[in-house]
Amino acid sequence: MSAPSTPSTSKEKATRDSFGEAIRDLGKEFSKIVVLDADLSVSTKSILFAKEFPERFFQMGIAESNMIGTAAGLSFTGLIPFCCSFGAFVAGRYETIRVSVGYSKANVKIIGTHSGLGIGDDGYTQMGLEDINVLRGIPGMILINPSDDATTRAAVRFAVTHEGPVYLRLTRQKLPSLHQITDFQCGRGIILKEGKDLALIGTGSTVIECLKASQTLSKLNPWVIDIHTIKPIDRALIKTLARNCKHIITAEDHNVVGGLGTAVSEVLAEEGWAGKLVRLGVQDTYGESGAPDELYEKYGFSANKITQKVMSLVG
Amino acid sequence: MLDSKLPQRLSPEKLKEISRQCRIDILEMLEKAGSGHPGGSLSAIDIIMTLFFHEMKSNPSEPMWEDRDRFILSKGHGVPALYSVLAEREIIPKAELLTLRKINSRIQGHPDRVLLPVVEASTGSLGQGISIAQGIALGLKLQKKDSKVFCLMGDGETQEGQVWETALSAPKYKLNNLVVFIDNNNGQIDGHVEDVMDLRPLADKWRAFRWAVQEIDGHDFSQIIGALETARKETERPTLIVAKTVKGKGISFMENSIAWHGVSPNKEQLDRALLDLNGGFKS
Repeated sequence: MSAPSTPSTSKEKATRDSFGEAIRDLGKEFSKIVVLDADLSVSTKSILFAKEFPERFFQMGIAESNMIGTAAGLSFTGLIPFCCSFGAFVAGRYETIRVSVGYSKANVKIIGTHSGLGIGDDGYTQMGLEDINVLRGIPGMILINPSDDATTRAAVRFAVTHEGPVYLRLTRQKLPSLHQITDFQCGRGIILKEGKDLALIGTGSTVIECLKASQTLSKLNPWVIDIHTIKPIDRALIKTLARNCKHIITAEDHNVVGGLGTAVSEVLAEEGWAGKLVRLGVQDTYGESGAPDELYEKYGFSANKITQKVMSLVG
Repeated sequence: MLDSKLPQRLSPEKLKEISRQCRIDILEMLEKAGSGHPGGSLSAIDIIMTLFFHEMKSNPSEPMWEDRDRFILSKGHGVPALYSVLAEREIIPKAELLTLRKINSRIQGHPDRVLLPVVEASTGSLGQGISIAQGIALGLKLQKKDSKVFCLMGDGETQEGQVWETALSAPKYKLNNLVVFIDNNNGQIDGHVEDVMDLRPLADKWRAFRWAVQEIDGHDFSQIIGALETARKETERPTLIVAKTVKGKGISFMENSIAWHGVSPNKEQLDRALLDLNGGFKS
């Protein structure tokens, strides 16, 4: 179990920016890293690597399936390819990921930026809202949805050194700094606050919402947990919560079907937990244009909505 | 047989002899398996065989030798043909062929690179092998390796959109170390290719995508060898070879029959087929 971290909101950064800087920096250390993008390098921030290592960057045009298949082939020659696009677009190439990457045990890293409603104005077609759902069913695929700069950097380094497919889910919007780089361990959730019999579990952009809600709910002394690795899920930590909690709330900027809430519910059900689980997130529907904070409020997983939900449960 | 890493450079006469044996292997393993795809295996076999016995650097005593040339069977359902060649080239044991499609076998119904790394890529979901082949070619070039990558697609397979994404990108990256064959047997599960989804003019499409295109008879060993020699001279462009082939080639009752796309022969049909291969049929 990780030690509780001290949250600080001094520094804000989009996790896509953290990725871009991390992969550029790691490019010096690991000569086998190659990066592919499908005409979104400015948005995914892979452009930072492209500028530093133009000979190891492959612009594949607006053709994600070919990018993923090519990445598989590159990995078969010993290279470590990162293929980058919006989460909605890469995860949409499911069949190529399933066979060329998953079944092939290809050492391919897939970067899906622009996750969730958090992208705001561009609207639903650009929002990665089912990417976890789709990729979670691929055996051997590791899914990481980091919540801040430090854990994103750590996750990128993990992806480089881990042999096998990894999906990294990143945000367009800025997120406050919550962790130290050493807090990250793949598959191990981070306890931001230990509490009593109520737990708030977030992933990626919703961790800060949970943390803010916990401040309003301080009398109830909730646990606040960052589950950055959705697969493999931190079974031990969820079991600990099950032993201590009557109520568990999950919050995710993703469809609740097949996302964090589902992954947590599977463990709770298998453990025979008798408490009440609430899965906040996009309730099996589509997104829309709007400001991110308005959308989080409307779709029910802003700090305010998390607080309201808790009050209606225990108040 | 030479036990050399170098291309075997067997003559057309010798290739013809081995291809007859490969056809026997294919039909025997399919009969034993009780299912599988004879039509497209028999149309592709002469090309795959020529690659392994004439063109490619490969090393039976160290099959994953780093400097080998690679062969990717993008049309994964034609894998009995690849298995037969790997067995004849002594890269896998011949006895293993009869475990095709059986439980716990490495000889899966479609190629599995995790269980059997010498197949290079796991294919069978069509349209993906060419992207993988391109990635390998790109990776080899980046790492200054002079190995070549050969890929075989079905003609029906090129109806997949991903194929045309690769058609666009391989010339951009000047992959002259990539040679792709289309096994143009004009048959797919639901009928003739031109009826299911017409590809014509197939060679012109690839020319328009800036590949070095050749059109050959995919059962004429001299033509296959000649096309590969031409491909070797390319300094920038990837090569695409449209190989006119006959589905079920070599077996009287299978030739040009869509019905034999995905049905294996029974014992009686196998015996008739072996008679054809033993000189009873001049196709």
